[in-house]
Amino acid sequence: MLTRDRLRLIRRRLVQVAPVIVLATFIVFGLQQLVPGDIAVTLAGDNATDARIAEIRALYGLDRPFLAQYGHWLWGVLHGDLGKSLLSGEVVLDSIFRRFPVSLLIVGCALALSLAIGIPLGILAATRPGSRVDAFVTSIASLGVALPNFWLAMLLVATFALNWTIFPATGAKPLSAGLGPALLHAALPSIALAAGAIAEVARQLRSSLVEVLSSQYVRTLHAKGLSPAAILWRHGLKNVSVNLLTVIGLVFNRLLGATVVIEAVFAIPGIGSMVVHAAIHKDFPVIQGVVLALVLIVIALNLLIDVLYTVFDPRIGQK
Amino acid sequence: MRRVLAWLRRDLRAALSVGFLLLLLGLSVAAPVVAPHSPTRQDVNNTLHEPDASHPLGTDDLGRDVLSRLIYGAPATLYASFLAVTVAIVIGVPVGLLAGFLGGWIDDAISRLIDTLLSFPAIVLAIAVTGALGIGLTNGMIAVGIVFSPQLARLVRAQTLIVKQELYVDAARVFGASVGRILWKHVVPNAIQPVIVQVTLLLAVALLAEASLSFLGLGVQPPQPSWGAMLARAYHYMEIAPEQMYAPGIAILLTALAFNALGESLRVALDPTMKRR
Repeated sequence: MLTRDRLRLIRRRLVQVAPVIVLATFIVFGLQQLVPGDIAVTLAGDNATDARIAEIRALYGLDRPFLAQYGHWLWGVLHGDLGKSLLSGEVVLDSIFRRFPVSLLIVGCALALSLAIGIPLGILAATRPGSRVDAFVTSIASLGVALPNFWLAMLLVATFALNWTIFPATGAKPLSAGLGPALLHAALPSIALAAGAIAEVARQLRSSLVEVLSSQYVRTLHAKGLSPAAILWRHGLKNVSVNLLTVIGLVFNRLLGATVVIEAVFAIPGIGSMVVHAAIHKDFPVIQGVVLALVLIVIALNLLIDVLYTVFDPRIGQK
Repeated sequence: MRRVLAWLRRDLRAALSVGFLLLLLGLSVAAPVVAPHSPTRQDVNNTLHEPDASHPLGTDDLGRDVLSRLIYGAPATLYASFLAVTVAIVIGVPVGLLAGFLGGWIDDAISRLIDTLLSFPAIVLAIAVTGALGIGLTNGMIAVGIVFSPQLARLVRAQTLIVKQELYVDAARVFGASVGRILWKHVVPNAIQPVIVQVTLLLAVALLAEASLSFLGLGVQPPQPSWGAMLARAYHYMEIAPEQMYAPGIAILLTALAFNALGESLRVALDPTMKRR
C-alpha cells in the first residue's frame, strides 16, 4: 500500500496543505474586517457606553494593527483557544464540540444515502444511454438538483411528522442516547439533505461513465469479445472512480453547508443553527470558530481524497 | 437570431425553459401591472385565507395576497442568481485557464487559493460574510459568487490540463501560435462543455442559495417579498396552514428546473461533435 512513491506524494500534499490552512485562517479572521465602520462599536452591541466600547477594544486588541491582531488570534487558535461567545460567554470550542456530533450524524447519514442511491442510479443510466431508464434517472436527478432542500424538509415534516406522526418534527438525539432514537431523529433531516446529493452523485457518475464507455479502448474491448458487464466493472468503474472521489468531496462540502439550513427547519441544536444565530447577532468569535472548524474538516477530507486518488489511478502519484 | 429560433423550434425542452424564464423576466418587469394586489398591503381580518376569486392563491399570515407576493418575488430571485453566477464566471474561468495552461508556480499558487476557497462550504461562508457586511441580498449573493468561482476555476483548470496534452495544441504551438490564441481557439472550445453544464447548475444553486438565505432571515428583508422569505413565514404556520408552503416552493423548483434544462439543451446545441448528427 505505502509505496515510496505514495509516501513521497503524501509528504508533498502535506507540504501543499500547510499554506492552504494558513490562507484559510487568514480568510476566517479577515471576516471581521468586512464589518463596515468601527468593529468595537458593533461588538459592544446596542446602546453600549463609551467605556464598554473602550473595554471591548482593549479586550480584543482592536487598537493594534491587523496583522498583530491576526497573529494574536492565530496563537490562541493554535492553543485551542477560539475565544468566548459575545452573547452567551460560553467557550466557543466547547460549544463546537457539543454541537458538532449532532450535525455530523445528519451529514454522515445523508452522505451514505446519497452514495447508496446515487451510484446505482448513475450506473443504471450510463449503461443504457438514451433509454427510458436513462431518461427517468436524468429527470429524477434534475428534480433533485433543483429541489430547495429546506422546502423538501418542510414537506417531509408536514407529511411524516405532523400528518402521520411517524418521525419527530423537531430536535435531535445524540448517538449516546441509543442508535434507534438518534437515527429516528436524523431520518427526515438526512433525507432532506440527501436529495440534492443523490442527484449530484448520479448525474456526475452518469456523465463520466458515459464518456468512458464510449471511448476508443472500450470499443476495442467490445471487439475483443469482453462482456458488457466485465467492461463496466473492470474498466468503466475503475476509470470513473477518480471522478467519483472528487464528487464525494464536493458533496460532503455541500452537505456541511446545507445542514445549516436544514437544522433551522428541524430546530436541531447543531453547528448550523449556532452559526446562523451568531451571524445575525455579529457574534464573531462564534462565526470564526465554526467556519474555521468546518474549513479544517473539509481540508482534511480533501487531503485524504488526494491520497486516495493515487490508489485508484497510479499515474497521478508519478511525476 | 434565426439560428436561435430554429434551435428552439427543434428542442422542446429548451423552448419551454426559455419561455418560462422569459415569462419570469416579464413578470419581474411588469409586476406592478400584473399583480392583482400590493405585495405588502396587510388585511388583518383576512389572514391565512383559502384561495378565492379575489386572492387566487389565498392570503398569508398578515392577510397579504400570496399571488402578488409571488410575482414581486421574481425580480429578487433572478437578480440574486445572475449576480452570484456572473461574479463566479468573471473570476473563475480566466483563473482556471491560466492555472491549467501556464502550469509551474502560477498553477501552484492559484491551485492553493482555489483549494482554500473551495474548502469553505458556500452557504456557511455566505452566512458569515452576510453577518459581517450586514444582512442583505446583494452582500450575500456576492459572497456566494466568490465561493462558487473556485468551483469553475478548478473545473476549467482540469479541462485545460487534459486539452493541453492534445496533439492539436502541440501543433498550434509548433506553428508559433500565442498563448492567448491557443487558449481561445483550442482550449476554450474543447474545455467549455462541462463549464456550461456547471454554470447552469450554478444558476440553479445560486437561486437555491438566495432562497436559503432569505429563509434564514439573512437575505431579502421584510416586508420585501421573496420566495425564500415566504417559505420562512409559511414554516411558522405549517400546522394550521400547510398549503402556504406550496406556491413559493413550486416557484423556486420550476425556476431552478428551467435553468438546469436550458443548460442541458445548450450543452447539446453547443457541442461541435453533436451538431451534425
